[in-house]
Amino acid sequence: MSKVRVLVGTRKGAFILNSDGKREKWDVSGPHFAGWEIYHMKGSQVDPNRIFASQTSGWFGQIIQRSDDGGKTWHQPGTPPGESSTTPEGMPRSESNKFAYDATPETGKPLTTHQWYDGTQHPWEFKRVWHIEPSLTDADTVYAGVEDAAIFRSTDGGKSWKELPGLRGHGTGPKWQPGAGGMCLHTIILDPKNKDRMYIAISAAGAFRTDDGGTTWTPINRGLRSQYIPDPNAEVGHCVHHVTMHPSRPDVLFMQKHWDVMRSDDAGDSWREVSGNLPTDFGFVIDVHAHEPETIYVVPIKSDSEHYPPDGKLRVYRSKSGGNEWEALTKGLPQSNCYVNVLRDAMAVDRMDKCGVYFGTTGGQVYASADAGDSWAPIVRDLPAVLSVEVQTLD
Amino acid sequence: MATVRVALPQHLRTLAHVSGEVSVEIEGPVTQRSVLDAVEARYPMLRGTIREHGTLQRRAFLRFFACEEDLSHESPDAPLPEAVANGKEPFLVIGAIAGG
Repeated sequence: MSKVRVLVGTRKGAFILNSDGKREKWDVSGPHFAGWEIYHMKGSQVDPNRIFASQTSGWFGQIIQRSDDGGKTWHQPGTPPGESSTTPEGMPRSESNKFAYDATPETGKPLTTHQWYDGTQHPWEFKRVWHIEPSLTDADTVYAGVEDAAIFRSTDGGKSWKELPGLRGHGTGPKWQPGAGGMCLHTIILDPKNKDRMYIAISAAGAFRTDDGGTTWTPINRGLRSQYIPDPNAEVGHCVHHVTMHPSRPDVLFMQKHWDVMRSDDAGDSWREVSGNLPTDFGFVIDVHAHEPETIYVVPIKSDSEHYPPDGKLRVYRSKSGGNEWEALTKGLPQSNCYVNVLRDAMAVDRMDKCGVYFGTTGGQVYASADAGDSWAPIVRDLPAVLSVEVQTLD
Repeated sequence: MATVRVALPQHLRTLAHVSGEVSVEIEGPVTQRSVLDAVEARYPMLRGTIREHGTLQRRAFLRFFACEEDLSHESPDAPLPEAVANGKEPFLVIGAIAGG
């Protein structure tokens, strides 16, 4: 029987939740990296026991951790093949926490500032890794989306990182600006049918696509409308919160924007709103059912200044028609006095026959549904605030 | 050759796999730069956690104390107090209360 491994990043450490295919009884391990913010963890599809983690701190900066045994042990990658994994003093070698923007004249030079909160220009400053996306075909290749917004790639298992500067050098950077959480590149989607195509999203710049493996990038924001920028229909400046895709249909994208739930059927070339009958179309997460490409999930949040569910009721909304028509899923979720948030990377699905859906809250609960959202139960309910949730389905 | 004691915050001790103070050997002048260079050489996993990569600027939420003095804003090449250079007092890397 298949197994499920849920990777949970929180404000004060990482937790790993394991269950068999029934998804009724859970083994909880953690906190790993206790006391640190774990913005994201994600496992490789090529080698599911290889998991990357972004460990970060306002005090001490960025650390990349890697496990090669499914999360039992961790190390900072950085040992060349054939060399000792420790220094002569017995310490691990590592420079895997170095994220340096490309400042070469050929690539990095054209763009050095972005818009600050007050509208002035501000230099790019690295703060943290928000999202890690392992390659679909190579266990040693992995991408990192960072704040201030840029994308980095490692081809040595996370030991060293190089920026793909064509994104930051696109030319629109002076119009990018930080959202409330900072100017973060939070979404990276790899096209399983086209190795050269990749999507990313930035708060607040918008979504971008590359069709040449990350060398050049195109803004894909036509159809988005945002009242908080001078031109609501501008090419960039939109606060995209999350984007998702079903691997069987990589040209179909679903987006939770600051406000508005959007859909594209042409790889992001154009978008249309599918908020439909949602009680509010503000929110952070959005995800797609593992086996039904038209079934999508969101968690409506009251507003941009009230980051909690409307009416104190935690409700996942599901659309089986790719948007517009939504149903509230409430069974097992608190329906009174609930004022938690669900952050943008804190929802995921498994690939079991009966698709499991998972999400974590800023109140420290991780809810799971083993029946595609019809009913829910907490796996854990008292973790630190949950920043991210990823799921691995293991054979 | 001077032996300098360095006290690290708990999270950095965890990263470096040490449980107490660390000691580093310094040839030449004992300064913030020479001490931190030696710490990073011995514990490479700490590169970027005390000083920024590239610029080697002190991270904003870290402070450097010694001998009951705040040395955070001293030149990185200024000599550290004699008591640090001769190992009587540790060089303290402290996480600012406001950080994180």
